[in-house]
Amino acid sequence: MKIFYFAWVRDNIGNSQEEIFCPKNVTTIGQLAEYLKRQSDGHARAFEDMSVIRAAINHQFVEHDTKVLDTDEVAFFPPVTGG
Amino acid sequence: MIEINIQREDFDVAAEIKSISSKTVGAIATFSGIVRDSSETNSLISLTLEHYPGMSEAALDKIAGAAMQQWSLEAVRIIHRVGRLLPEETIVFVGCASAHRHAAFDGCRFIMDVLKTDAPFWKSEETQEGKIWVSEREKDQNASKKWLSKNP
Repeated sequence: MKIFYFAWVRDNIGNSQEEIFCPKNVTTIGQLAEYLKRQSDGHARAFEDMSVIRAAINHQFVEHDTKVLDTDEVAFFPPVTGG
Repeated sequence: MIEINIQREDFDVAAEIKSISSKTVGAIATFSGIVRDSSETNSLISLTLEHYPGMSEAALDKIAGAAMQQWSLEAVRIIHRVGRLLPEETIVFVGCASAHRHAAFDGCRFIMDVLKTDAPFWKSEETQEGKIWVSEREKDQNASKKWLSKNP
C-alpha cells in the first residue's frame, strides 16, 4: 500500500510517502491510522488528534470508516486550506 | 470548455479572460484570490501552497464540471498557483463565461466556495516568528455546505 502525507502531517512524520504492507486486521482508514500511529514518535504526533485528519483513497476524499485495500493509494492530511 | 492549470508561474488575467470569450458569451465573471497578511503580528513574509498532484487537478475538474452543468456556462477557467508566493501575488483565478451575468456570477461564487473545502491544497505562512500552517475556517465550511445542500 502506498501512503502519501501532506502539510503538517508530513512535517510530523518526516516523510512525504511510504510503502507498507497492510496488516490483515486493518480494514478501514481509521484502523490504518491507528496502526501507523504506532510506527514512530512522528507518526504518533501526526495522528494524535484524529478529528483534524482527513483522508483520500485513490484521489477521492473518504471518511475514517471507509474500507481500504492493500492495492489502494491512500493519503492523510489536515483539512484543506487552498484558494 | 473547462481548462484547469496548477502552476508555480504567475499569469496574465487579461489574457485568461480573453481565452474564455466567444461570440455567444455576454458575461464573464472572474475571481482573483490574493496573498494578504492575515497573521496576528502583521509579519507575513510569504505564503507557500502545496497540493496533492493528481487529486488536485481531478478535484478542480469535478467542481468546474458541476458549475458548467448547474448554470449552463460556456467556459470555466481555473488557475491555482503553488509554491512560494509573496504578499499581493495572485493565488487563484476563476473565470466563468456565460450568455448572461447571473449564471457567470453564481458559477464563480460556487467554484470558489467549494474549492475552499473540496480541493487538496494547503497553505503555510512564513512569518518573522517562523512557519505556521493555516487552519481551516468554519466560515468556509458553511459557505461550501450551503451550495451542496442547494444542489443535492
